[in-house]
Amino acid sequence: MARSSRNPNTAAVNTARSRRMTPSTLAAPAQGWASAHARCLLESLGRLYRRWVASLLTTLVIGIALALPTGLYVLMDNLDTLSQSWHRAVQASLYLDDSMGAGQGQALAERLGARNNVADSRFISAQQGLEAFRESSGFGAALDALDDNPLPAVIVITPRAELARAQVGELLVDLEAQPGVARAQLDQAWLARLYAILSVIERAAWVIGLLLSAAVLFIVGNTIRLDIENRREEIEVMKLLGASDAFIRRPFLYSGFWYGLIGAVLALTLLGLCFIALAEPLATLTRSYDGALDLRGLSLNGMLSVLGAGVALGWVGCALTVNRRLAAIEPR
Amino acid sequence: MTDIVAFKNVIKRYPGGKAALDGVSLHLRRGEMAFLTGHSGAGKSTLMKLIGLIERPTRGQVVINGTNLAAVKRRQIPRYRQRLGLIFQNYNLLFDRTVFDNVALPLVIRGLGRADIARRVRAALDTVGLLSHERKFPVTLSGGEQQRIGIARAVVDRPYLILADEPTGNLDAALSADIMRLFSRLNEAGTSVMIATHAVDLVERLGYRRIMLDHGHLENN
Repeated sequence: MARSSRNPNTAAVNTARSRRMTPSTLAAPAQGWASAHARCLLESLGRLYRRWVASLLTTLVIGIALALPTGLYVLMDNLDTLSQSWHRAVQASLYLDDSMGAGQGQALAERLGARNNVADSRFISAQQGLEAFRESSGFGAALDALDDNPLPAVIVITPRAELARAQVGELLVDLEAQPGVARAQLDQAWLARLYAILSVIERAAWVIGLLLSAAVLFIVGNTIRLDIENRREEIEVMKLLGASDAFIRRPFLYSGFWYGLIGAVLALTLLGLCFIALAEPLATLTRSYDGALDLRGLSLNGMLSVLGAGVALGWVGCALTVNRRLAAIEPR
Repeated sequence: MTDIVAFKNVIKRYPGGKAALDGVSLHLRRGEMAFLTGHSGAGKSTLMKLIGLIERPTRGQVVINGTNLAAVKRRQIPRYRQRLGLIFQNYNLLFDRTVFDNVALPLVIRGLGRADIARRVRAALDTVGLLSHERKFPVTLSGGEQQRIGIARAVVDRPYLILADEPTGNLDAALSADIMRLFSRLNEAGTSVMIATHAVDLVERLGYRRIMLDHGHLENN
């Protein structure tokens, strides 16, 4: 073929060539950048959809990993509310010295009752105590055998409901220091134990949350690693065509984003299902407490936090893998 | 700056091997088309890889379009490659995308707008005579057609240099001649072209300049 021959197709090359610096080509990159990102985001989703079984399994694992600590958090939140209402029923007993007379005891009870951190105070003399005990215990005959009353006089203090746990503790120390008071005791030592248990659960939720977050990072990282391995040739071709690392990284990062987001949505769905499954027995339990139990699900903020955490973990898990993996792929 | 490609005393030694290129100096003028020939292992691919910055020379200087490649840092390589039109023996098409999307790839990489991309891709497909195939997938096309797609992809972003490494290596004689004619046309449109090939008889018929390599040395002709 002679070099001088004309071909209609050569004209196409020439027109394309002359279009080099038109205004539209100059404005295009900025506009194209945004639409390229949007397209890439959707393409990543489409890619996950095309392998939907594998994607579903991955996101389900992420969902379960996110649902566990979130569920623990909801449990803790509810127990905390519950313990608050129990906390309001707390009473303290002040055992008085034997030297205190009934009149002195009554006066002390009135003085303490006037304090602004005390809701109610009631004096029970040794004699009243003995009678109440005789009635309720059925040890009447045994008590008659005693020469004198073994029971001390007692002041029953109800702290104000709005006091925090620590403030109740301070109040107790303060009351014990009152002259004439032999010993002050919080009636519900079990409440303190409940608080201790709650703090253990809270800590456990954090530890489990951290461990499972790390698991999510690894799951996403490993999935993306396989994904990169599967698309190795494509990546090499793109590098040969002059694609920057950022360009090649982008679809993978968006995959990480989707894995995290869908995983978080699945986590919320799982929690919702758990809630539905637990609804009936919980309603029964609530009725037995005269409706004092008010079960709370995750707040809107809580849900957004789970979604945010999912996206962040997906993205970071991907970012940690993708840079290292892509750097290892060079065209030969 | 009339040279688009300038090699000055280039040596390329792979780890633990003898020199693939041993003191090569050559020039390709702007707008020139040349064939790089020689038996396998003569250093053709290595020479192409040095131009594409897939490899770096052990010694010597490679200057492409006025740029000394030694000064191109790793993160600048993508931008540099965007201005080259690379064509491969195995076409290197992406099989999960349509013909259109394959040809559009260099423009997508550069971040051009949709309308701009569509216009240029159609112009490139028109150039290689496959405009009607834009919605097809590469698998459904013949080898010759696939290579034309590869060529369309290489020229869509108007490179200053087309580099083809054994572009007809997998094609029969008639198709090879077709592909070579396509290169002539692109060259007539002003692009510099360098083609590494085995097809010596075809090259001789076309009458372009031949650069012959033998065991890493340039053979004078």
